[in-house]
Amino acid sequence: MSIDDKQTDFEDSSQESMDFSSVDGYKKRSQLRMIAARFAKNRMAMVGLVVLILLVVMVVTVDFFFDYQTDAIKQDMRNRLQSPSMAHWFGTDQYGRDIFARIVYGARISLVTSICVISISTVLGAVLGALSAYYGGWVDNLIMRINDVFYALPFNLMAICVVASLGSGIMNLGLACVVGVVPGFARIFRSAILPIKSQEYIEAAKACGTHDRRILMRHIIPNAMGPIIVQATLNLAITMLAISGLSYIGLGIESPMPEWGVMLSEGTTYMRDYPFLVLFPGFAIVVAALALNLIGDGMRDALDPKLKN
Amino acid sequence: MAGDMGYKDRQNGQNGTAGGAGDTHALLEVKNLGVEYKTDDAVVYAVNALSLSLDKGQTLGLVGETGAGKTTLALAILRLLPKKIGYVTGGQVLFDGVDLFGIKENQMLGYRGKRISMIFQDPMTSLNPVIKVGDQVAEILELHNEDKKLTRAQIERRVDEMFNLVGIPPERKHEYPHQFSGGMKQRVVIAISLACEPELLIADEPTTALDVTIQAQVLAMMQDLKSRLGTSMIMITHDLGVVAETCDLVAVMYAGEIVEKGTVEDIFEGGGHHPYTEGLFGSIPSLDGTESRLSPIEGLMPDPTRKPAGCRFAPRCPKRRKECSKVPPPECRMGGGHMVRCHLFAGGAADGTAIPVENPGDSKGGR
Amino acid sequence: MSMEAQANMGTQANMGTQANMGTQVNMGTQANMGAKANMGTQVNMGAKMDMDSKAGIDAHTPMIRTVNLKKHFSTPKGQLHAVDGVDLEIKTGQTLGVVGESGCGKSTLGRVILRLLDATDGSVYFEGKDIFRMSGHEMGEFRRQSQIIFQDPYASLNPRLSVSEIIMEPLIVNKVYKSRHDMEQAVYRMMKTVGLAARLINMYPHELDGGRRQRVGIARALVLNPKFIVCDEPVSALDVSIQAQILNLLMDLQEELNLTYMFITHDMSVVRHISNEIAVMYLGKCVERSPAKRLFENPMHPYTKALLSAIPVPNLSRRGKERQLLTGEISSPIEPEPGCRFAPRCAQAGPECLGRDIPLGECEPGHFVACAHV
Repeated sequence: MSIDDKQTDFEDSSQESMDFSSVDGYKKRSQLRMIAARFAKNRMAMVGLVVLILLVVMVVTVDFFFDYQTDAIKQDMRNRLQSPSMAHWFGTDQYGRDIFARIVYGARISLVTSICVISISTVLGAVLGALSAYYGGWVDNLIMRINDVFYALPFNLMAICVVASLGSGIMNLGLACVVGVVPGFARIFRSAILPIKSQEYIEAAKACGTHDRRILMRHIIPNAMGPIIVQATLNLAITMLAISGLSYIGLGIESPMPEWGVMLSEGTTYMRDYPFLVLFPGFAIVVAALALNLIGDGMRDALDPKLKN
Repeated sequence: MAGDMGYKDRQNGQNGTAGGAGDTHALLEVKNLGVEYKTDDAVVYAVNALSLSLDKGQTLGLVGETGAGKTTLALAILRLLPKKIGYVTGGQVLFDGVDLFGIKENQMLGYRGKRISMIFQDPMTSLNPVIKVGDQVAEILELHNEDKKLTRAQIERRVDEMFNLVGIPPERKHEYPHQFSGGMKQRVVIAISLACEPELLIADEPTTALDVTIQAQVLAMMQDLKSRLGTSMIMITHDLGVVAETCDLVAVMYAGEIVEKGTVEDIFEGGGHHPYTEGLFGSIPSLDGTESRLSPIEGLMPDPTRKPAGCRFAPRCPKRRKECSKVPPPECRMGGGHMVRCHLFAGGAADGTAIPVENPGDSKGGR
Repeated sequence: MSMEAQANMGTQANMGTQANMGTQVNMGTQANMGAKANMGTQVNMGAKMDMDSKAGIDAHTPMIRTVNLKKHFSTPKGQLHAVDGVDLEIKTGQTLGVVGESGCGKSTLGRVILRLLDATDGSVYFEGKDIFRMSGHEMGEFRRQSQIIFQDPYASLNPRLSVSEIIMEPLIVNKVYKSRHDMEQAVYRMMKTVGLAARLINMYPHELDGGRRQRVGIARALVLNPKFIVCDEPVSALDVSIQAQILNLLMDLQEELNLTYMFITHDMSVVRHISNEIAVMYLGKCVERSPAKRLFENPMHPYTKALLSAIPVPNLSRRGKERQLLTGEISSPIEPEPGCRFAPRCAQAGPECLGRDIPLGECEPGHFVACAHV
């Protein structure tokens, strides 16, 4: 009888003195909707979002305008190195392929790969960082020492090792990037979570019997979100460049595939006479990275109720 | 007692002839000071038309709650308001007859730390953790040693002297702040602020971060130093107990204004108080445990970004009248230097007699 | 009022001796509901009877009892004795004030009693059951019935959650209500109980002032309808006028809901005001324990005397008088030597104070002191 009966006792006692009609005017608002509203107020973040949406729309609809095989892959030596025109908006490359088509198809590879890599790394890094910060002691030591081993290797060297041992290809390239990115993430998340762990509201949550998983998911990680999101968006651009870089040295995406980094590196040979060859892929990388960073900043602010106004 | 008289004399003088700075000027005189904080979305009226004065050797207790503008007042006197945000909107601060707002910044440096110094609330953060405490005391002496009157050895001797004065063995001057406890750190802070023998010491909640037994030690030491060095002091605090034990004069601040001021006897023993002062006293549980229930001030501090037409305390005041929310209350003289800014006493202001009202002492059974 | 309640309770208990206690008690509550206007009395009675019928066998079982409770922390310099053998008792519906200076272990004691920290040695009994030997189910029950209110109203509320989410959190975790609507209603009721306006439900902690935040903290602690609450310096960070509001609220709630408090503070006047009994702590030890009134009238331990003499009182009677000042500061709690912890600062200390721990002895009924000279 204990809890439930007392609860009703209590209800009875308070019902009389209270008029709930007044309360209904103040409906509880959903957290998600408030975050969305705060995000919408941030003009720069909205610009980033619009750019990203445009990119996504292009990636999705590209098949209606171009044919992957004929426009992006097939060489057409008669039309090589043509300047931008109505027929070829961004011109053609040294093999006569339409640069615009290749950039749009390239978005599929660059953007999708790097977003996947960062999403996986963020989740992994957050989990590892949270576990080691929250439990401390030997758990912390174990995770962090293994982490340090990976962290000690330079990112490119590690990626080369992974690709060299597993073979090239998009999947292995992604894996290499994840292995390279996670240690940094784990470390940053751990340090973002440590000060939150000792806050009194964590203790308050424990005092009413909250289990560890809920404490981590509801109280700790949301409060460590700021650095996590900044880190993730910053690394998105870096990952995109890293994929390009690895592709450039032949460890990632193979040459005929339209990848922004590959295009950039191939274009450098002709850069002096035909600057548009590097200009447009470079521009694509900058725009995508910028848009993602703006969105990241906006997300961080939107998730923090303190920056409401 | 002499100081007390001086205070009253000056009050009367100020009333009559609007304070001509003659021979009898006070050490510190703040006249009609206004301070605002301007941020992007709002203007905060932190201090409004505030006047007070302080003689040599006196201690003024500045009492009030968070947001009353106590610290802002102190920072304004030292011209240390945060740049680009805090502005003095009017009034004067006369220190020893000199208008501190009228002099150049580099002249001001000669006052800060040397003639007026300040102790901040948190001793943990007001010491530099990577400099030895002795060097931190020496630094202030070197800063104010432009004419090279003091030799290195003399400075060292002075540092030892200061450490003895605040009750720390001088051998410990080679230690770092983290090797000191909270009370000891606050002693070091006090040593720094007193090293140049300032004429005025502004102490912003100097003992709030300390334990009671340590607080008692530090307060006793400050009292002792004050009487030995003849320093004037502004003691900013929210603790009426500290005021009762250390101050000669008391000013009660609420929302940027002084609502009541007078000698410590006026405030703690006399009758005729501002309802806010009464509320403050009613909020403290007494040690003899006579009351079964506290009588707190209802409501919250007013929004400092708004300038109400009438009394700032009116929305929370249990003795509110019609005129309170419309007309700004007058400064009512209650006899001597005792001033209450309240409509309740407006009728008796002319001849200086207080209208008999219930005073907090009576209602609480002899405080 | 409490006398009357007791009397009423007696009759009801007699009426229902043969019948099921639980139903009888509820019947009594219901019957009285209409008859009496005073709500406070009703709730109080309901809660009291519930409690007594549950405890059943022994009505004098204290809510909390600690036996030789110890909590040591490992530091690089050695074992830090934060709590070092504390015995105390808190009776149902009463308030035990725990006073002491920073570092005396009072907050640690509060956390060990709630099992937010595990004890190094000793036991804590909650209504006669050892909280360190509870089964998972019993532990869940204990978590619901014991709560904590914190000092810092800024650090104790999750900045990412709105006021209603903070108060609702314990209900969700403990699955008290099935429907979301019931849960929201419970939150609104609780907000009303602690004096929070309904319009604040969507506010975030940073938008509230200290007093309101503390009310949110209190609402969160009360929403599970606990019996026992550890208040860890709940008013120390607040302005005096707000402090008085919160103290009044805590006392009203205690009367209404028959709560038992352990009130941790460094403020002697606050502890005097709110407590039935006071325990004075020094370096992990309880040096004196007595009914609140007696402690102030007749302090026995030299440390208590010094503490009382050190408080600045807001009247002029003590002005200019020489007071008994303690010299020195609290010594290190790391690997302390056996003996009275206060001896280094004590004017009366002699060789008899060192070498052995001084136990808490009863110097007059209900008044315990740990001093070799008493």
